Order: sequence, then C-alpha cells, then structure tokens
Amino acid sequence: MPHKKLESIISSLLEVTAIKLPTDVYASLQKMRAEETQTLACELYSCIFDNLDKAELLHRPLCQDTGVLQFFIRAGAHFPHLDILEESIFTATKLATESVPLRHNTVECFTEKNTGNNTGKLSPWIEWEIIPGDDLHIDVYMAGGGCSLPGRSKVLMPLEGYEGVAKFVFDTIVDWGVNACPPLVVGVGIGTCAATAAILSKKALLRKVGSVNANPQAADMERMIKEGLDSIGIGPLGLTGTKSVQCVNIEFAGHHPATLAVGVTVGCWATRRGSIDISADLASYAITSHS
Amino acid sequence: MTDKQIITTPISNEDISNLKIGDVIYLTGMLATCRDDGHRRVVESNRFPDFDLKGMSILHAGPIVKTIPGAGYEMISIGPTTSRRMEAYESEFIEKTGVKIVIGKGGMGAKTAAACKAFNALHCVFPGGCAVTAATEVEEIVGLEWADFGMPEAFWIMRVKNFGPLIVSIDTKGHNLFELNKIEFEKKKELALKNLLPHVHYSHG
Ligand code: SF4
Repeated sequence: MPHKKLESIISSLLEVTAIKLPTDVYASLQKMRAEETQTLACELYSCIFDNLDKAELLHRPLCQDTGVLQFFIRAGAHFPHLDILEESIFTATKLATESVPLRHNTVECFTEKNTGNNTGKLSPWIEWEIIPGDDLHIDVYMAGGGCSLPGRSKVLMPLEGYEGVAKFVFDTIVDWGVNACPPLVVGVGIGTCAATAAILSKKALLRKVGSVNANPQAADMERMIKEGLDSIGIGPLGLTGTKSVQCVNIEFAGHHPATLAVGVTVGCWATRRGSIDISADLASYAITSHS
Repeated sequence: MTDKQIITTPISNEDISNLKIGDVIYLTGMLATCRDDGHRRVVESNRFPDFDLKGMSILHAGPIVKTIPGAGYEMISIGPTTSRRMEAYESEFIEKTGVKIVIGKGGMGAKTAAACKAFNALHCVFPGGCAVTAATEVEEIVGLEWADFGMPEAFWIMRVKNFGPLIVSIDTKGHNLFELNKIEFEKKKELALKNLLPHVHYSHG
C-alpha cells in the first residue's frame, strides 16, 4: 500500500518538524546565546532553550503556531509514486494535525472559515522540481503567521542597484522583523519580477543557517548585510541584544535588464523546516534536517 | 531568579501603577485568550464574553488545545501572537472591558499607549514562541466562549500560575518600550546602511 506508507512517512516528518528545531537552527541559537552579553537578552535565550527542552520532553509542538504547511519537492523523474504524492501530502497533513497535534490554521478564502484540518484549496502549498533519478526529497516548512508577516517583494529600477536591495532588506527587518520572534533567519531573493524574487527568498530561507553561498559576491553581500543588521542589536524577541539575525541567505536568478526585483522572507528563532530523503520503493527514508 | 514580581488577579490600579517599561513580572490568576476576531466582536458588535474582564488580563494568543473526552480540555501549546494586529481595536477594548494587563508579542502603537495611560493598564510581552513553557504555566482551562471562531480565535479562559516572564512594554504612564527601541534601531540602521552601501555597488562597470 504505497499510499499508506507515504502518508505515514510524511506525517512522521511533520511530527519531528513541529517538535524539534532542525540541527543547524538549534546550533545557531546556541552560538548566539553563548555570545550574548545583555542581561534581559540572556534571560530570553534561557526561556527559548527551556521551552525547547520542554517541547522535546513533553513531545509537543515547540511553538503553538505550527503554521500553514509548505512543501518543496524535488522528485526524481523516475520516482514511481508521483501520481499519489500530492494526495499523500494532504492526507499526511490531516493525520499529523490530529496526532501531533498541529494547530488548526488553514482558513478558506472568502468564507474565512477554518477547515479544522490544515488542508484547503492549494493548502498545503506545494512547489515541484523534477530532478534526475528515482528517489524523492521533500523539504517542509511551517509558515507561522508572525514570521510570514514581514515578507514582501518589490521591483526596483535597475539603477537603484544592490544598494536598493540592501536598503529594502534593512527596512523590512527593522519595520516588521522586530515582531517576528527574532533572531531571524533572513531569506533574500533577487530576480526579474515580484513573484520570482519572492519564491527565491523562500528558497533562500530553506538553505541551512551557516551555509556559504557558492557565488563569492553573493557570499560577501550575505556577510555584510548580516553584520549590518547585527550592529542594530535587535536581540532575541526584538527586546535588544548584541546581535539581530541568525543568518542572511541570498538566492538569485538572471534578471531582465530593465528590472531588479527583491524579495524578503524571514523565519523566526523557531524556524521549523524538515528535510527527508525517500527511496523509490519507499522501503527506506532518512530525515536529514534533524539529528 | 529569586524575587519574582508576581501580580495576582483581580488587578487593582495600585498593583501596576509603579511598574516601568522593561520590568519583568509574572501573573497568577485568570487569563483569557483574545485576538483578532474577539477584539472585533467586542469593539464592532458590542458583544462581551460572559467572563467579566474587569481587573483581569488577556493574552493575544491562539493555542493548541486537546479535548479530553469527559474531562474538559488540556492546554498543549500556547504562545503570544503579534499584538500589533490588534492595534486598531485595543484602546477601545481596554476602555470597554476594564482589562488591566494585555499580553502579547512585539510592541503596540500610540493609540494603545494612550489607553494604557488613560485607563491604567499595561501591555506586556511574553517571549514569543515559548509556547510549551507557557502551557505548563496554565493550571487549568476553566472555560471556553466564542467557540464559533475556531480553536485559535476562540476565547479560552485559563487559571495560570507564575505566568511569565512578562516584560512590561507599555506602562501606566504610557511609556512605550518598543517605540523607544525603534527610534534607536532606526538610528543604527541609518549608520549601518551608510557603512554598507559603498560596498555593494555591483555593476557591469
Ligand atoms: S513568529 Fe515563529 S516563534 Fe513566533 S509565534 Fe510565530 S511561529 Fe512561533
């Protein structure tokens, strides 16, 4: 029964993702805690880690907002269960909503009624990428409300340049990021239009905290924006501290010469993303995001 | 922390009038969740929950609650939600209900600060996302109203013990911690950009 098998694999990924932080995010918070010197900020880091311990001990979602689920799929072109994957994701979402439990978040548009099981029209959101091979990789992201609020994208005039890009990032973080449970993971996308810049900024958020951009100029810009944001001292939960953000990740696509679009998507201290590799026969799988 | 400052409901003006922004307190007594829909119902429709909020406290939060058949509800996870969403309604909400402590996450604006001053109330923040800790500080869910809003938006009435830490973000004088921080952040942002911009002039040359 491939249906049942896939559903249970995906729902176990959702369970881990809701209860534990991915290894990279946990390590980055530990580092920030160790480097923090201000009293209130230190106390807030203690609250965060106390909460993480309790979540694991009591086996409960570490934040009450388990988000609207977003799946980023990289499926091998020869993965044999492509036809049932979407349905399995929807069923797994319903199962995990009951069993973990996840908060009932998804509301249908216009009626604004909560569906009570975290599924609805195009919800969970699914992005597909087809890659060579026959196995399946899934990244899931729990898009909380507070951390989704700051997100935005804008098409700049090319002459506004990367200065305009940097300014847009700083304005977004200082205006709205403070309320999004910092220290934030900052995803920046650069492309042709508002939509591509936005999706790239989400993909940037899915990249590990501490990973270095393969493009040296992008890597430089990531580092410089991070240092600049840190010098503002937003601190944990926006109550001031010695640093501001966990990381700044930039993803980009070749763009139209007449536009330079920028998107910003942020994740909170509780950035919950889970990654899993599943074999073609569904006999083995590995959750790679959590240790 | 040895000397926790604990505020107990019902809350009098004297209990909170000396508290200043940045102070850390804990709450014991009754606390009800109320967020977007609840605020709209009170302010726009003039409908009030049966539970009297006078001298009480509310939490901007949408919890995860488990129904235990035959035994009521269990609080699984409850953390504050972004208070700024309630800014348009909060001052009227404070005036109409007599609520004394509004708890949420992130700051609130000038309208709420004015209401805190006028009606002797506080806005406090609970560390955002620390929802399991908060749930373990809930002793019991004693009531549920406005269940028609769905689980996150409903009005859950809880008895809490040493609920916190709560950081005072608006005090009864109307001082506003987040607004003050924001001014600092803006200044530092301008400086950071001034230093950064010359280094990101990537171009074809
Ligand atoms: S911003 Fe993140 S940590 Fe804060 S309440 Fe939302 S999901 Fe939880």
